[in-house]
Amino acid sequence: MFSYLIRRLLYAIPILFGVMLITFLLFFVVQPPYARARAILGEKARPAQVQQWLHDHGYDKPTYLNTKPGQHLFDSLFVNQMKRLITFDFGVSDKTSLPIAKTFKDGVIPSLCLTLPAFVIGFIMAVTLSLYQVFIRYSALDRFGVFFCVALMSIPPMIYMFVGQRVLAMQLNYFPAYGFDLRGWQTAKFLLLPVTLMIVMYLGNDVRLYRTIFLEEITQDYVRTALAKGVPQSRVLFVHVLKNGMISLITLVVAHLPFLIMGSLLLENFFGIPGLGNALIHAIQTGDAAMTNALVYLGALFYLAGLMLTDICYAFADPRIRLS
Amino acid sequence: MIESLHHFFGNWITQDVLVVVFFAAVIGLLLRGSRNERWQRAWKFMKGDRLGLAAGVLIIGYLIIGGLDLLQISPTTTVFDWLANDVVGLHDEPTKASYSAPFSTHTFSTAKPEPLQFPGRHFLGTTQIGKDTFIQALKGSSTALLLGGLTSLIYLPLGILLGISAGYYRGWVDDAIQYIYSTIMAIPDILFLIAFIMVFGKGVGTMSWALALTSWISLCRLLRGETMRLTERQFISAARALGQSHWNIITRHLLPNVMHLVLINFVLGFSGVVLTEAILSYLGVGTPIGTASWGQMIDGARGELSREPVVWWNVSAATVALFGLVLSLNLFADSLRRAFDPKRS
Repeated sequence: MFSYLIRRLLYAIPILFGVMLITFLLFFVVQPPYARARAILGEKARPAQVQQWLHDHGYDKPTYLNTKPGQHLFDSLFVNQMKRLITFDFGVSDKTSLPIAKTFKDGVIPSLCLTLPAFVIGFIMAVTLSLYQVFIRYSALDRFGVFFCVALMSIPPMIYMFVGQRVLAMQLNYFPAYGFDLRGWQTAKFLLLPVTLMIVMYLGNDVRLYRTIFLEEITQDYVRTALAKGVPQSRVLFVHVLKNGMISLITLVVAHLPFLIMGSLLLENFFGIPGLGNALIHAIQTGDAAMTNALVYLGALFYLAGLMLTDICYAFADPRIRLS
Repeated sequence: MIESLHHFFGNWITQDVLVVVFFAAVIGLLLRGSRNERWQRAWKFMKGDRLGLAAGVLIIGYLIIGGLDLLQISPTTTVFDWLANDVVGLHDEPTKASYSAPFSTHTFSTAKPEPLQFPGRHFLGTTQIGKDTFIQALKGSSTALLLGGLTSLIYLPLGILLGISAGYYRGWVDDAIQYIYSTIMAIPDILFLIAFIMVFGKGVGTMSWALALTSWISLCRLLRGETMRLTERQFISAARALGQSHWNIITRHLLPNVMHLVLINFVLGFSGVVLTEAILSYLGVGTPIGTASWGQMIDGARGELSREPVVWWNVSAATVALFGLVLSLNLFADSLRRAFDPKRS
């Protein structure tokens, strides 16, 4: 088990290196620092100003290797960037010159406030609904359920937000329409609508997926045995099938856990929740390449963390992997 | 039609030729596929699936409208424009006009409503610059078709080639391909798309590349697994024993047996492209402003919905049009999957 995890961890290193390479190519080669400086300072900036800006941000180095006499060979953009990313030193934002690490720290809590409840409630709802669909499988209601799920998936997420804000918040006055406040009861009031919307957005996809997984499970032999010895069908489904299906479900779901920290791009921006998703949208709109770069790298880190978590779960759930 | 498309194709005659070639190629591929026994069996199964067939018909409708709007008869008008203006009699307002409600005779303004040039004819109202909303919503299918078409032209060959190579040759080829897609997969899709478009600049071309670079992975993984399963089968061993070349085995024995997976993936990918375009346009990295796309129309709703009284017709028309296409594509893909694999589901 331990050696298995070590192997998986080692496997993540070249991938992380590849991600760094891609982000470097995008943000330093395709769009050289000079272009970034121009974009931030404006077309009218004097060359000296641009040079000063590049120097302040450490962007005035050669791209790959520093071949200038009297300077260290590895004092280049590429090597410095690698070093910084490996040590989680994200530097400062291009636009505001504030430390990027601080933006992350401030954004995590609001993001989690939105995504964590939505994730937990959404998961429970999706499992319940999909199990019920399996219980009444191939009936008219089940088929309508599948159609309804596909329909939910086919609506762009923005539409949910428009309708939610328009109808629930502004017309019926059930929820505050916009804003965020991190003070106990206030937080809940502001979050109720975005959380509800987030659950609805993902419900169609999840229910359909879980239904397929549970449907596959009920063709197994143990289900036939249980039914043959007279266990009622509801018990077979909600105890036996649920337990076994959960193994594949959890490994599927665990991979998404780290992404909860990243929040939700669209919802945070629309409802004014100051999370990481909002920070990213802000970075795109202001052309802040350093911030976007850092967030992309962070996203990849979370993905790899999710992969590791999945492997651990697999190893716990399935002894064959642990022993091999 | 749209400026940005013109720039993309160079000139309008090239555009027409390319559109015709694209449609001919798709029809040719489908005809070629229909000779395959497996596809014939699937077609027999699909004939009983009314929902799937209805979805298919709706998709063809969208394709025809989109295709007509990509075919130009002059640098500024398309076949679709000609049909809408001269045959059906739907017109845009002159450019200085603004919003007007469905069927209204005056522009949408509480302070100073001005008479419209075509009163009562805009049965879905007009957009901010006086364009007929109904025409714009239909024209959105051409942008969707163009994006979906270009994206698939890039990602299908890439996914098929790499997926089959990885599954067939295995060894270091497989390792290298796996490494490439694991790395791209490690960057969450939406972040990759945003970063790519932000750096290379907005545009239909950039967006197709970005979407293609994220889409090929699912196809590649699917084909890799399927090829691995197929190469264990006896007909492949027989072909090998008979001394057939790798090329022959791949093109004659493997490819026809995985093409149905490519078709299903293509249909699903198309619906993904349409939805992603809307999200990217909303995030400000989508199609260029001025493009008749559903994403742009939905993005416009942010301002329109906060007006008093509310301008609701643009976002509604775009949403219904987009929803119709994405829903039919998803249902059609489901129906295809059932038809090709009746045992499961």
